Amino acid sequence: MASLLEPGVALRPDPMVPRLVTLERTRAETADTFTMELVAPDGVTEFPFLPGQFNMVGALGVGEVPISVSGDPQTPRTIVHTTREVGAVTNALKQLRPGAALTLRGPYGTAWPVEACSGHDVVLIAGGIGLAPLRPVIYEVMRQRARFGRFLVLYGTRSPEDILFAKELSRWRSQFDMELLVTVDRGTEHWRGNVGVVTKLVARAPFEPRETVAMVCGPEVMMRFAVAELRARGVAEPNIHVSLERNMKCGVGLCGHCQLRGEFICRSGPVYSYDRVAPLFEVREL
Amino acid sequence: MVISDSRPERSAVLDARDLGSLLEALQLRGYGPVGPTIVGDAVVLRPIAGVDELPSGVGDAQEPGSYRLAPRDDGRFFGHNLGPSSAKRFLFPPVRSLWTAIRIGPQVRIEANDDPPPKIALIGLRACDLAAIAIQDRVFGREPYVDPHYQAARENALLIAVNCSQAAATCFCASMGTGPRVGGGFDLCLTELLDAGGHRFLVEAGSEKGDQVLADLPTTVATERDRRAARAESDRAQAQIQRRLDTDGLKDVLYRNAEHPYWNTVGERCLACGNCTLVCPTCFCATVEDASDLTGDRTERTRIWDSCFNLEFSYIHGGSVRTSTAARYRQWITHKLGAWIEQFGTSGCVGCGRCIAWCPVGIDITEEAGRLRSEDRAPQPVGR
Ligand SMILES: Cc1cc2nc3c(=O)[nH]c(=O)nc-3n(C[C@H](O)[C@H](O)[C@H](O)COP(=O)(O)OP(=O)(O)OC[C@H]3O[C@@H](n4cnc5c(N)ncnc54)[C@H](O)[C@@H]3O)c2cc1C
Ligand code: SF4
Ligand code: SF4
Ligand code: FES
Repeated sequence: MASLLEPGVALRPDPMVPRLVTLERTRAETADTFTMELVAPDGVTEFPFLPGQFNMVGALGVGEVPISVSGDPQTPRTIVHTTREVGAVTNALKQLRPGAALTLRGPYGTAWPVEACSGHDVVLIAGGIGLAPLRPVIYEVMRQRARFGRFLVLYGTRSPEDILFAKELSRWRSQFDMELLVTVDRGTEHWRGNVGVVTKLVARAPFEPRETVAMVCGPEVMMRFAVAELRARGVAEPNIHVSLERNMKCGVGLCGHCQLRGEFICRSGPVYSYDRVAPLFEVREL
Repeated sequence: MVISDSRPERSAVLDARDLGSLLEALQLRGYGPVGPTIVGDAVVLRPIAGVDELPSGVGDAQEPGSYRLAPRDDGRFFGHNLGPSSAKRFLFPPVRSLWTAIRIGPQVRIEANDDPPPKIALIGLRACDLAAIAIQDRVFGREPYVDPHYQAARENALLIAVNCSQAAATCFCASMGTGPRVGGGFDLCLTELLDAGGHRFLVEAGSEKGDQVLADLPTTVATERDRRAARAESDRAQAQIQRRLDTDGLKDVLYRNAEHPYWNTVGERCLACGNCTLVCPTCFCATVEDASDLTGDRTERTRIWDSCFNLEFSYIHGGSVRTSTAARYRQWITHKLGAWIEQFGTSGCVGCGRCIAWCPVGIDITEEAGRLRSEDRAPQPVGR
């Protein structure tokens, strides 16, 4: 019997090999955060995704990092990523000019449970850049607003200048029935809103705990406190969803980097219902 | 264990003086022989051209933190135990190019590296090595994202096992249910016999490919006496195994003691050098590196073995998740002996003992797991 792989016989496609996409435009959101709109080189290929999923986005010669899709699931021809510049790869992405080629693999990972929210109050709790992975949920809820109960977005960021998607948020708030509570770590003289951590907003937010599905995205400490507040209000653990973050080198369950005990966060996450990961949340340096 | 128990279809006896015919038969069929050979002070797996490169008449003595070659006077080809290298090095190479991006003017093109891996015959794999391969088959074969390089290398490799006739002091395959006797998962399996009947090999075929190679060899019929002698070799190895690992409920012991102060004691001894992960035949973690040529027109991404003992392994913006060595050792052993079961339905340890011998400070996975068990905090009620 001849080997199945004599020279010249094609291997199965390698999930580590990216496709090329073209940067259509970059928009500065805040001092360190920018939104990229990417399209296929042919301009027509669509990139369907579910809210909460991420892509491995790469700058040629620099590297590839996981970034959640922040765009509208209904416009899959454009891939939208909102990124905070923190290091080598995100810096290189920020420098790219329109027309530049990027690498892309994905979409990967689990989704926020938008469908399961039907008939329920929906509470989104975001810290900093954590609002970006939740924006596709906002688009989905807005599109079918009548299907849901109360809709709240609790958002905490460093300062008033760091508020992401500010125009869009205020438009949604005025046009649709969306309750938006924003808080900042540090106010400015013109700031009349809340000052303090976002988790403090939970206690007085108007939602019916037993009827609520909550989605939390932000730094791990913030998520820990947010979950505690939600539980204190009586939201059941299976109705609380969090998006976990770990180093990721492959996004497809092969490199081992994203492991959290038995979970490969790139495969069984990043979005988890809290009851599944609760025991892992409590161990230091896991 | 993941070894199938399909019985070998055919067996025969090969005189030790004719072992060269095996290498020739493999070469004729296009397989480059890779076998144990002495490099420096250790037996390692390397491409070999002839039987004279096998470590004939060489054994070894292994202890925690120690590996020494030792001459033996019986001229056995496979009288040694496991060295630091394993089949992993060939099926999942330490460095592999994944793709290259080429820029010509405004155009960029990505070329996947789909060079098929060479056809090789891995000679001298032990029962635990075969078990490790079966484990990596699961790791790299989980749909929908399989590693095509691994699968191609597997497809192109002939596995030629050898039954152990002695155990090292570091071996504990019996505890892991993987050895010492080879059960299945091979193309050919050799048992080196050395008794009144002469120096010879009982050769068993475990696959169609193995059958074909066996048919090429100048063998004689295997008798019941040869088979009995082969069993005696395995029995001797079995009797020599001293190390034990109690795997009963070990996953839960590891999980529920995640915050036990014990971890600090091993954290103080471990150097976080990563030797254990490099020599382990099942460890699969990898990172990627990008390199560009001077013009910037060619960029290559390469996959490289990584280790959970590296600080950067768990780096996310703001700092690594596992900063302490204790947390990294806990990650390694908890993954190996616990989380692996959750992920792949099998322990990640086959009891080969490599990590014990090659740890510079002699940290012993069986001892550490045993110590944690002995300090086990009372089982927590289910559900927190
Ligand atoms: C599922 C997921 C979704 C994410 N979504 C977004 C998003 O929508 N917007 C956004 O701004 N950021 C997001 N991040 C974080 C983003 O991946 C990191 O900020 C980015 O990897 C930093 O890379 P760097 O090279 O610029 O930084 P450096 O500090 O130079 O990092 C060096 C390397 O460490 C790794 N690394 C560093 N931080 C992280 C991290 N937080 N997560 C994973 N790997 C990391 C990367 O491999 C990186 O190349 C997400 C992370 C994950 C896991
Ligand atoms: S953990 Fe140690 S004994 Fe177990 S398979 Fe890996 S190297 Fe061998
Ligand atoms: S256990 Fe031993 S081999 Fe492994 S990282 Fe620690 S010192 Fe190195
Ligand atoms: S990112 Fe590689 S295994 Fe999850």
